[in-house]
Amino acid sequence: MQKVNRLQPFFENLVFEREDNSMIINFGPQHPSSHGQLRLILELDGELVTKATPDVGYLHRGMEKMAENMIYNEFLPTTDRMDYIASSSNNYGFALAVEKLIGLDVPRRAKVIRMMILELSRLTSHLFWIAAHALDVGAMTVFLYAFREREYAMDLFEDYCGARLTHSAIRIGGVPLDLPKGWITSLMKFINEMPEAIATYEGLLDQNRIWKMRLEDVGVISPEMAQSWGCSGPMLRGSGIAWDIRKEEPYELYDEVEFDVPVSDRCDSYGRYKLHMQEMRESLKILKQLIPMYKETTPELMAHAPKYISAPKEQIMTQNYSLMQHFVLVTQGMRPPVGEVYVATESPKGELGFYINSQGDPYPYRLKLRAPSFWHTSILQDLLPGQYLADVVTIIGNANIVFGEIDR
Amino acid sequence: MREYSNKKNEQKKAYYNDRFYVAPQIPKDEVQSDEVFAKDVEDLQSSFDIKEAYIQRGQLVVYINAKDIVNVMKFLKEKLNYNFLSELSAIDWLAKSGEFEIFYQMLSTSKRKRMRVKFFIKEKEEIQTVSNVYKSADWAEREMYDMFGVRIIGHHYMKRILMPDDWHDHPLRKTYPLIGDEEAQWYEIDKIFGKDYREIIGPEERDSARIVEKDTHRFARIKHEVPFGAEYSDTPIETDYQEEGGIPIVRKLSKKDVKILKERP
Repeated sequence: MQKVNRLQPFFENLVFEREDNSMIINFGPQHPSSHGQLRLILELDGELVTKATPDVGYLHRGMEKMAENMIYNEFLPTTDRMDYIASSSNNYGFALAVEKLIGLDVPRRAKVIRMMILELSRLTSHLFWIAAHALDVGAMTVFLYAFREREYAMDLFEDYCGARLTHSAIRIGGVPLDLPKGWITSLMKFINEMPEAIATYEGLLDQNRIWKMRLEDVGVISPEMAQSWGCSGPMLRGSGIAWDIRKEEPYELYDEVEFDVPVSDRCDSYGRYKLHMQEMRESLKILKQLIPMYKETTPELMAHAPKYISAPKEQIMTQNYSLMQHFVLVTQGMRPPVGEVYVATESPKGELGFYINSQGDPYPYRLKLRAPSFWHTSILQDLLPGQYLADVVTIIGNANIVFGEIDR
Repeated sequence: MREYSNKKNEQKKAYYNDRFYVAPQIPKDEVQSDEVFAKDVEDLQSSFDIKEAYIQRGQLVVYINAKDIVNVMKFLKEKLNYNFLSELSAIDWLAKSGEFEIFYQMLSTSKRKRMRVKFFIKEKEEIQTVSNVYKSADWAEREMYDMFGVRIIGHHYMKRILMPDDWHDHPLRKTYPLIGDEEAQWYEIDKIFGKDYREIIGPEERDSARIVEKDTHRFARIKHEVPFGAEYSDTPIETDYQEEGGIPIVRKLSKKDVKILKERP
């Protein structure tokens, strides 16, 4: 008990057992390096973790429930709030799932713009990851550099759609806007500057003694473990399994651009760090190829499907039937056919899947969000035992988990 | 006569339906149209009872019996090379047939194929855990229990995952209203202050869009600010402070000092 008039240390989170060295501590939910609201109940023996129980749900907003009560277009901005570091990839995952559901083909220019946005959000996500991860491990400098480049990427988003974090710039059926004037030039500038920036991060970290000591052979995920726990994205490729949905099940124009899928068979945190750096280079490569592809396209941006997608603005303003159609689509929503789809896309964090069960109503009957971070958090209970307390921070940071999509 | 509404489904419904509208169906293709899937279904059929199998939008859908699930999963993992269980959840059909539909979304990286294993269970029926086969089912099954109340046998740590442990009811059931039920509006009051305070504090406002203009507990109207909880006042309050010769650290910007940059330096 605390005495009323005397200040005494009062550790409400700690249970000390005096007989041996074991201790149970609560790591989070308000810990700065828990990347959101992760609560880890760690049983320690000295500094060695003997048991870890991740506890999530502090950011649960019931997105799947919300989806059942919203028309499809209404739900799209909500997906921004899943992986808010790369919100466009969520928008895209949802838009693609609905397009698959209604069997829609998107105009080529929209595809190119979508890919540009997707790769840019992959870059922002990876930049954020390296910044936060390095900061967790103790390298403040990288944080400042990486945030500078992330700022430039966000400026590109801002120039394109006006938003910096929650873009909603990808719509069901295409994209709402064409690239503004001069955007390609700024993108080109960004692409030219980035390799040097990546080289800077690598120069700071690659041979850095502290960085290597804290990352090498920490958080080793064997290929079997990665498969069994449903890992995806860099977490899977870091274990030597070459599986990139962009390559294996190509969507948009990923089969037309040339890029490599970096794989690391080190299975540890350092390997995954190298992988992220390499992936940023591949993203730049894709962006570079997209610029000439953009110039060859015709200016259509939204698919022509009057049953599901509103007509372009000029048509709505001039043609009565388009206006009526638009009114119905906005007030009642589109009615996709009866059936179900599961569509997986490669988000920066891994396999982002949308399962939609439609009963022909404007509201999805069931929408399940498969967020990669959820599965990467569940692996912690298997990964952390046997590691030291200081390495827990490395592993959480390295797993690239974002709580918006874990708790949904 | 008042229109019949099904109380078992509290979800939002379209306010207008065309009487003659028939929703189109996504075509279900024959399993034989895909070699790999045809082989898979044939293998599965040799050991298990397959109720229905078809291909929809490029993915195989297989309906099995609930009791076979663990063996089917083992078979898929060991014999048919489906090395990932990427998703697992339930669909609530309680209002229609009193059943849950459980689906397991599988991925085979060697065949580059995705399939869905499905079955129906009754409301109170329990199913076997597959977390011994695919560890990824661990949290997914917990989420399914949390959201739907589907009970799992053999799970090592069957506990709610997203909702608090003492939450009432399962939020993703169709009977559960979006805004939360009766228990939900008292949950935080009971937790923080205790049940005795229910009458003093009142239920939690669960409609995030509701704004009461004169409520000074939650809102302050600009230029009508009053102390927390005090009576709402109609007389405006002067809040401008950035005046000539005012606070020294705030420099008043004049238009001619402002410089607009063409691009980021």
